[in-house]
Amino acid sequence: MTTLIVNGESRSVTASPDTPLLYVLRDELGLNAAKYGCGLGQCGACTVIVDGKAVFSCVTPVMMLEGRSVVTVEGIGSSDDPGPMQRAFIAEQAAQCGYCIPGMMMRAQALLKRDPHASDEAIRAELQPHLCRCGTHMRILRAIRRAAEDMRPKAAEAGTGR
Amino acid sequence: MTQAFSRRSVLAGAGALIVAFQLSRSCAQTETGTGGGSPKLGLPGSLDDTPSIDAWIRVDSSGAATILTGKAELGQGLKTALLQVAAEELKLPANRLSLVTADTARTPNEGYTAASHSMQDSGTAIRHAAAQAREILIGEAARRLGVPATSLQARNGEVSGPSGARVSYGELVRDQLLSGQAKPASRLTPPAEFTVMGLPVPRIDIPAKVTGEAAYVQDLRPEGMLHGRVVRPPSYGATLRDVDVAQAQRVNGVMKVVRDGNFLGVLADQEWPAIQAMRTLAASTTWIEQQALPESTKLPAVLMNLPSRDTTIHDAGSPGKAAIFVEGTFSRPYLTHGSIGPSCALALFRDGELTVWTHTQGVFFLRDAIAGMLRLPVEKVRCIHAEGAGCYGHNGADDAAADAAILAMAVPGRPVRLQLMREQEHAWDPFGPGMVVKLRAGVGADGAIADWHHEVWSQSHMMRPGPPGTLTAARLKSDPSPPAPPIALAQPEGGGDRNAVPLYALPNARVISHFLPDMPLRGSSMRSLGGYLNVLSIESTMEDLAVRSKQDPVEFRLRHISDPRAREVIETAASRFGWAMRVKSSGGTGFGFGFARYKNLEAWCAVAMEIEVQRQTGAVRVRRVVAAVDTGQVVNPDGVRNQIEGGILQSLSWTLFEQVTFDRTRVTSVDWSSYPIMRFDSVPEKVEVHLVDRPGDAFYGVAEAAQAPAGAAIANAIKDAAGVRLHDLPFTSVRIRKAIGA
Repeated sequence: MTTLIVNGESRSVTASPDTPLLYVLRDELGLNAAKYGCGLGQCGACTVIVDGKAVFSCVTPVMMLEGRSVVTVEGIGSSDDPGPMQRAFIAEQAAQCGYCIPGMMMRAQALLKRDPHASDEAIRAELQPHLCRCGTHMRILRAIRRAAEDMRPKAAEAGTGR
Repeated sequence: MTQAFSRRSVLAGAGALIVAFQLSRSCAQTETGTGGGSPKLGLPGSLDDTPSIDAWIRVDSSGAATILTGKAELGQGLKTALLQVAAEELKLPANRLSLVTADTARTPNEGYTAASHSMQDSGTAIRHAAAQAREILIGEAARRLGVPATSLQARNGEVSGPSGARVSYGELVRDQLLSGQAKPASRLTPPAEFTVMGLPVPRIDIPAKVTGEAAYVQDLRPEGMLHGRVVRPPSYGATLRDVDVAQAQRVNGVMKVVRDGNFLGVLADQEWPAIQAMRTLAASTTWIEQQALPESTKLPAVLMNLPSRDTTIHDAGSPGKAAIFVEGTFSRPYLTHGSIGPSCALALFRDGELTVWTHTQGVFFLRDAIAGMLRLPVEKVRCIHAEGAGCYGHNGADDAAADAAILAMAVPGRPVRLQLMREQEHAWDPFGPGMVVKLRAGVGADGAIADWHHEVWSQSHMMRPGPPGTLTAARLKSDPSPPAPPIALAQPEGGGDRNAVPLYALPNARVISHFLPDMPLRGSSMRSLGGYLNVLSIESTMEDLAVRSKQDPVEFRLRHISDPRAREVIETAASRFGWAMRVKSSGGTGFGFGFARYKNLEAWCAVAMEIEVQRQTGAVRVRRVVAAVDTGQVVNPDGVRNQIEGGILQSLSWTLFEQVTFDRTRVTSVDWSSYPIMRFDSVPEKVEVHLVDRPGDAFYGVAEAAQAPAGAAIANAIKDAAGVRLHDLPFTSVRIRKAIGA
């Protein structure tokens, strides 16, 4: 049994300790956003945030996450109440098939939390581990820039952002 | 109507059976699997195959409408565009519309969602069916109100008259009201009155996708679901000599190991145990393999020396007198579709009936193939489309559905979710075929093209289901289905020879298609089929002829093309790019241009590009891309832009990076490190898309319009920057550096 904090809630999971986090999220906790893409950390579709850092959930055994905080796309808003990153992707229509998008959003979210003023160059460099096959890259970059703008004043006012 | 009449009279004659057989064969040989013969009823779009209005549109007593389409959402924004069309013509707000996509039990059969045909086939059908349904509702209101229909109008789900009388659609609709056959002509809404069509309506599927709601077949988790995985042979044609099933059976959580000939699969209650059992099972196998693959370094020569069926698909004039000649042999390697989500399906066998949720492009053909593979009556199999990751053609979707079906048959009553592993998706993909184009052309003393000779070599681009033998599992089972015969898609759409006939006005031109019945590697449909290499070759040659004869490449193209819509996209792309004023900012700068009308029948697209080639490394940096596209009547301009942007970037990836690798036995590009594609460091700095507005025109397919001109533009930009013409794809930094001789 491993206990971890998922999207702010403490969850005890029964999966064997070597199970990659991805399968725990999807199969045991019923979360859809993190996707299986390669199982090798080469495409980024499975990316989630662990203790503020973007990680590949497909190669991270759940035993390494005891007591740690995991954030997935489900934790940054919902379709009824989307967070700034999600609003930006909707506003820019930054998806075609959309399968790679949650992973990109997670890495961008972690980056903007760390550096709300990340330059275009820094955003591009940060996204290097991620693949998109539909060719939606230009929109993804625009959406992240829009999210950055949206997240900046909010963080200044309330001291928090989602 | 004339055509329908004359066909009927032929069928009445003595040769009836033969003619009917030929017609149905020709139907099977289009890329969508429908149409291709003469029109049956003379009705617009897919109405010609499914003429009753209520097969497409149902209005219920609450006044809400359900739209049914045989096409599928592949990430191209189809659902949103079809709803826009229906809302516009039905005069019903979009929030009162729902959409059912490809389902063998519910929707019309529209063949494959392929060939950029969906708006043309389904969009046209739904538009006319909706317009006719609206007129029927108005007619019904006229009857009830006792006023002439011409005094009534439909708006917002109601029919209203001059006296203030109003009747809602829900009140008007009654049994069988919409069950009649559609008519050839409809009262379509004029573009000036559009309130939904032509607007950048946000996609209905994006909110769920960016918030982690269940959006994909991968996300389905019905009660009692088991996870399945398969073990694939290590190479084509390998036979299983030995396997230790018991070992895999002992993995914690494993329910069952399934073996049927060379087909191996596992079932477990959780996904990770299924993967572990798959690995255990794979490790316990020994296979007999053959060295059946060609030598990869000699692929172009291998292809050109295979037995071929040769057809002269274009023959005009006779070889003219040319002063300047350009000659080149272009090749592209096998390419993989490369879905980011490996293919997945869910299957349930219960009470003798099999249901498969699948991201196939053709539910009806897949149903037939699975029924054939399992020897089940077709009516006992239902296939329902559920979205997957983008497929870009015939990828592993159908194979995964077949795998899931076999595993589900082993555990009646339990839903089985099967997902392929990355290496399985990569190694067993029905690749975009390797191809060769040999082109020789010349310019006469007057500066016009005097001679043109194009030959193309390619295997089939159409190995989709239908025949069970197209499914990997069907070939692996102990009772294997026979291999599917290779299909040569016919001109004018073409397969390997798609877009091989230049759209340019060339008095002396010859184009020969060498169809290769052999398939050195498994191949099938991938976006734009042969159009990508044919256009890249044609446009490279155009560029070189222009440069050699000291003419501007854009002017040279315009000089040879009369089609006004082609001219307009070429001129728009050139002027928006600032082609005439282009100035190289450094020695590594290159400018390139590319144009094509997709299939010579669909959207027109021109692309201008500025790149920077780093001479020491050969690396290409794309500075600026400007595209112009004419896709006829635009339903959703942002959707069109998204497709064109995507096409450009995908094509840059194919052109600069991609190549399936193999040794004499196995495919060796089995992940993203052995098959690199574009990453963010190679994404262009800027991409602009300009739409040519054609209100009131037909729909012309757009999703594959950009790939070929974008590939051509970068090929020409590399030539301009590096001073050397590359012929063998991909144009990797290593090859560019070598060509420069740096």
